[in-house]
Amino acid sequence: MTVKEALYTYVVRIADDSLILGQRLAEWCGHGPILEEDIALTNISLDLIGQATNLFQYAVTLEDKGRTEDQLAFLRVDREYSNLLLVEQPNKDFGYTIARQFYFDAFRKLFFEALTNSEDTQLAAIAEKSLKETKYHLKHSSEWIIRLGDGTEESHQRIQEAVNFHWRFTHELFFQNEVDKTLIELGIGLDLATLFDDWKNYVSNVLQQATLELPSHSFKLEGGRTGMHSEHLGYLLAEMQYMQRAFPNLTW
Amino acid sequence: MSSKEWPLWEVFIRSKQGLSHKHVGSLRAADATMAIDNARDVYTRRSEGISIWVVESKMVSASDPKDSDAFFEPSEDKIYRHPTFYDVPDGISHM
Repeated sequence: MTVKEALYTYVVRIADDSLILGQRLAEWCGHGPILEEDIALTNISLDLIGQATNLFQYAVTLEDKGRTEDQLAFLRVDREYSNLLLVEQPNKDFGYTIARQFYFDAFRKLFFEALTNSEDTQLAAIAEKSLKETKYHLKHSSEWIIRLGDGTEESHQRIQEAVNFHWRFTHELFFQNEVDKTLIELGIGLDLATLFDDWKNYVSNVLQQATLELPSHSFKLEGGRTGMHSEHLGYLLAEMQYMQRAFPNLTW
Repeated sequence: MSSKEWPLWEVFIRSKQGLSHKHVGSLRAADATMAIDNARDVYTRRSEGISIWVVESKMVSASDPKDSDAFFEPSEDKIYRHPTFYDVPDGISHM
């Protein structure tokens, strides 16, 4: 694997996480529990899709096969997506959506912070821009974890259930393989293992404030990074890709 | 259900340095922190502001429309209170 191939894979991973989670959050449009939250969730969705756009634009220049960012976003098949299993999980309800977002944001903030020091200036610049957005996302999801956890008996029980459910996907946040190894040596990528303690501390602190239990089960699932997805991704892609498939090369 | 609704908050946004906060609307939130977060999402999506104030609507005291005659009409014929008889020198903006 050349450095360029590794970097392409690396950039597409980050882009896919943003794109798929952005699409999931967009499903809340018009369905938010209150108007204010409807707008908040779709704002975050647009931030994520914006990040994906920047990253895909960079990815196609690395790939150099004449593809466009839209082709990457909309015309791959499910096995070619490398997003985390966590971000493709269904919204289910507001609690599940927030728990998923919380684990992801807590990781993403640390990830982008560290990535601003990347030897790859383009990646560092995208990280810096995205970090500002991510800090707000994390504030938003953390506030909700606390409110729901420390809210009513029902909200406490339901957010605890959601936090427990998504825990099984958090292991994959720190997935690494030879792609990472290649880039870590060059100072382009970062060793995700170095983020784990900070991530766990942050998550534990917020859960504690929320009077919630840090999940203790050790059941882990992974596969998204290597294209082995849950059954949910196919349905998401069917909806997301519909326009490009039905009307090829559509633009607006 | 109404007793379970979150309180209403009035939102004030300052659009740029040097201008005052202006009332832009209202929203519902459980407390002040959430009200500011919601205001950020609802009212500053298009770079409308650099500062947000929120005030719980119940804290606002308002004049009574029934008093309008006594409150506001007397000023209508006091034209001399308006500084419209001065010549503004060239080059003075925002007047």
